[in-house]
Amino acid sequence: MLAQQLVNGVMLGAVYALIAIGYTLIFGVLGMLHLAHGEVFMIGAFVGLVVLTKLSGNVMLALAAAMLATGVLGLIIERIAFRPLRGAHHLAPLATTIGAGIALQETARWYFGPEQKGFPSTIALELWEMGPLRVSSVQVFILAAALVLMGAVHLFLSRTRAGRAVRATAEEPTVAGLLGVNVRAVVMLTFFVASTLAGAAGVLVGLAYNSVHPFIGVQMGIKGLVVMLLGGLGNVPGAMLGGIVLGVLEVLGVAYLASSYRDAFAFGAVVLILLARPEGLLGLRVQRRD
Amino acid sequence: VIGPYLEDVLVQLGINVILALSLYFPLSAGQLSLGQGGFMAIGAYLASWLTATLGWPWPLAFAAAAAAAGLVGALVGLPALRVRGIYLVLLTMAFGEIVRVFFLNFGPTGAAQGFRGMPFVTTLPLVAVLAVAVAILAARTAASRMGARVRRHQPRRAGRRDHGHRRDAGQAGLVHRRGGGGRAGRRAVGALRAIHRAEEFGFARSVMPFTVRGGGRAADLLGIAGGGRRVDLTAGVAPVPEGVAARAVWSGDARP
Repeated sequence: MLAQQLVNGVMLGAVYALIAIGYTLIFGVLGMLHLAHGEVFMIGAFVGLVVLTKLSGNVMLALAAAMLATGVLGLIIERIAFRPLRGAHHLAPLATTIGAGIALQETARWYFGPEQKGFPSTIALELWEMGPLRVSSVQVFILAAALVLMGAVHLFLSRTRAGRAVRATAEEPTVAGLLGVNVRAVVMLTFFVASTLAGAAGVLVGLAYNSVHPFIGVQMGIKGLVVMLLGGLGNVPGAMLGGIVLGVLEVLGVAYLASSYRDAFAFGAVVLILLARPEGLLGLRVQRRD
Repeated sequence: VIGPYLEDVLVQLGINVILALSLYFPLSAGQLSLGQGGFMAIGAYLASWLTATLGWPWPLAFAAAAAAAGLVGALVGLPALRVRGIYLVLLTMAFGEIVRVFFLNFGPTGAAQGFRGMPFVTTLPLVAVLAVAVAILAARTAASRMGARVRRHQPRRAGRRDHGHRRDAGQAGLVHRRGGGGRAGRRAVGALRAIHRAEEFGFARSVMPFTVRGGGRAADLLGIAGGGRRVDLTAGVAPVPEGVAARAVWSGDARP
């Protein structure tokens, strides 16, 4: 029972982590919150849905299309909601990104309708029994996809030239610019990568719960913020760990405590973390940009 | 004179103006609250419970609910003395969500079904008078010495030192969070007539004032964003009483 809950929690947490990595990359580079990130995730889920129902039943194709579409969407959001505000008050992008989020929600509601849409189950559902554990092929696919993407992000950041530029910009944008890093390109790249991860997470959540709706991004977006905070703002490995921690905590809370209060536990944890350990679980770096 | 539909729209508009003004107080200290929906829920549920269940006269319930929301605002303000900037945004957001989940599960006020049975008192004249009163209060606070002291604690841009004393910032923050909470509470009582569902006071509520108060360049995008039922009605009109506060936040005072 406990092991089963842990498996479920890790699966949920891996998806949270994908969203939180996007938040934390953008915060790391810009020092600003991107509050439309949950809506980018939602659009990813819908693009996946459209590909699966209209074009082909290939899940990999749906993932790729969703990631590409949300990546481009991220670039548009950066252009409209962030770039005009460079050097403005650090809270100003909250207003513009909230506005972008509402615009995306209402667009999706207008185009797809406000009700839940069924997500086709395209992966052959197989249940594997491993002792007391029961794992479905869908769960395995979600977990594998999330882990592969996280690994790819890690390699990108640690091994590639562009990844090094992203890290340098996160560390100190002015100095990075002086040393020849194209900061604008780095910001755009960061938005692209962060948004593709959210888009992939959207498809994975659609597969996991078999339904999507235009307001799916609100709660996910808030959860992603919680996870980013758990891991420490701007801390990518922390976001990965924080996602798993929150996923497991939630699943355990639902299983052993009152299920309807599960969100309250998560946010109560946020309050405690903020007061006691604002640098996050791993505590590598404290962002001071207020 | 005006039809019931238009009156309903105008009442919503007035309520949104009060909610938007409630944000002015933390913002004047350079801090942002995403938890105003939570304060609003506290005021709405408490006032409704006092009138519908205990049979209090509504003005008394109104005052008590506003005071209670203000008190909770002060309590939330206490940890806010230690937490600033992005961290405070996240803290208030978490607070709003906790309140929402609480009322979603709290049996005595109807949990997920919502709470009903309160008298219909939220009429257009009442809302209009309150909105104007709150606007005047905000303007007077802004012009007062306390308002000036609070503004001094807005974070400076990089390269500038923060001149404020920590203790001062604390007091000011406390006073102003309390003020913000109280305003939100009042606004909340404005919703007295309908049934309340916890979902009404979620993140979207806390976020709505931004669409109302977006000044400067933010306004371009927010204009597009006004696809929502309430938002499009308020976005056009509310900036008039809101103009002063919005400009102070996004352009003038925030960049000394």
